[in-house]
Amino acid sequence: MNIIEPLVKIALILLINLTTVAYLVYTERRVSAFIQNRVGPNRVGPMGLLQPVADIVKLFFKEDIVPTAANKFVHSLAPLISLIVALSTFAVIPFGNTIHLFGRDIKLMIADVNVGLLYLLALSSLGVYGITLSGWSSNNKYSLLGGLRSSAQMISYELSMGLSIIGVLMIAGSLQLDKIVVHQGNYLGGFLPAWNIFLQPLGFITFVVAYFAETNRLPFDLPEAEPELVGGYHTEYSGMKFGLFFLAEYANMITASAVITTLYLGGWQFPFIENFGFSPLAVSLLQVAAFGVKVALVLLFFIIVRWTIPRFRYDQLMNLGWKVMLPLAVLNIIITGFFILV
Amino acid sequence: MTPDTTLHLTDYLFYFFALLAVFSGGVVVFSRNIVHSAFALMFTLFAVAGLYVLLNADFLAVTQILVYVGGILVLILFGVMLTNKIVDVQIKAGSIHVLPASIITAVIAGTLCGVFTLTDWFVVPGADASAVKTTAPHIGEALITNYVLPFEVASVVLLVAMLGAAMIARRERKK
Repeated sequence: MNIIEPLVKIALILLINLTTVAYLVYTERRVSAFIQNRVGPNRVGPMGLLQPVADIVKLFFKEDIVPTAANKFVHSLAPLISLIVALSTFAVIPFGNTIHLFGRDIKLMIADVNVGLLYLLALSSLGVYGITLSGWSSNNKYSLLGGLRSSAQMISYELSMGLSIIGVLMIAGSLQLDKIVVHQGNYLGGFLPAWNIFLQPLGFITFVVAYFAETNRLPFDLPEAEPELVGGYHTEYSGMKFGLFFLAEYANMITASAVITTLYLGGWQFPFIENFGFSPLAVSLLQVAAFGVKVALVLLFFIIVRWTIPRFRYDQLMNLGWKVMLPLAVLNIIITGFFILV
Repeated sequence: MTPDTTLHLTDYLFYFFALLAVFSGGVVVFSRNIVHSAFALMFTLFAVAGLYVLLNADFLAVTQILVYVGGILVLILFGVMLTNKIVDVQIKAGSIHVLPASIITAVIAGTLCGVFTLTDWFVVPGADASAVKTTAPHIGEALITNYVLPFEVASVVLLVAMLGAAMIARRERKK
């Protein structure tokens, strides 16, 4: 059994992921500055491009404070859980087709799990532990409230997320993410790529909204709503432990974008690439690039939404989750079933 | 054909998961602090999921994590943590009805041991794990053909449980 190949893939993905996180923070600050008519960080390095480095160094030198009344073990464990969950989702995401390199065929995903789709759901349902445990172990009422909100929110939106995915599952007929992507390589009527976003617009909307809630991003960032809860679940965290939460939030964003791309935007499919007559290697590389571009665009969408839409009130959040999203997701299943039968 | 007695990585993994399941299960039962019990339950459920993976039951393993660890345990943990904080009494897990409980446990354990020794286990010599395809389609088919009645009954039971929970929650609010 070859163990080098997966290790190289894991190392590469971690490296790319963490670098992207650093520059995602920078991009977010620049885009928010642009939206609010400010300049944003532009002093460290050319155009402020070294700002992430400065931020990380600063985080390392901060004092790590643990409240005396906190549960020490759980307090340290919680940020780790958050980050591990965020990063390990990437294990099943296909970021390219099989590529022929160095005389061997390399599948561009770490683990081709048969039940990849369920694995995604299972891991995203574990994400709630990091937040709940951090909120509880800090022994702080704001933290606890943040943790409480996040659990309720994540459990509520997980339902509509799972139900939206069923539509994709019905079309592809497989839980394997690779097969779902391959299935999106066809064309509708010869000109429109058969991406699931065109086949399931309703499912796409419910899934994206539910995933926004899962990642705790605005407009769903009630677990850390700073006007009401100081900092929510990470109020009592400082130094690199806070840094881990920060890292986890942005890593989650990247994961979310990759999942949305894989399930609804055709994954690594590059429409009409077979008509250009490139060499197989160039095709594979272009497909990886296509995946990267799609993920980047979804990330930009995430950032723009954060700075455009105000936060929900808690009752609005619950109403939306249970009275709007859930029926819509069920409706999507019914419509999909109808079209498959006809 | 003589069975292969050398220990492979999967064997070590099996013993690791099995020991983890038993040990953390013991912590769940014997711990005096109910929060620790809830935590230990997380490891038990994970270890069982690991055992499912080793049995090639991929669907079951992921569902185990999705439903038990991601859903049910979150609720348990949450209930435990919140009641522990709001009510200023440390909830202790005590032992009552030791004698009847140990009789029932002994009966169940005896039955399991009997089944374990008497069953003619179906062993595939030199089975290649990667040759087994995903189990999800077969489980789905079985659920809506041969086992449709138990499946429907289970759904009704769950519905009743849900209604009951809603009833209890409502009544408390009126007080």
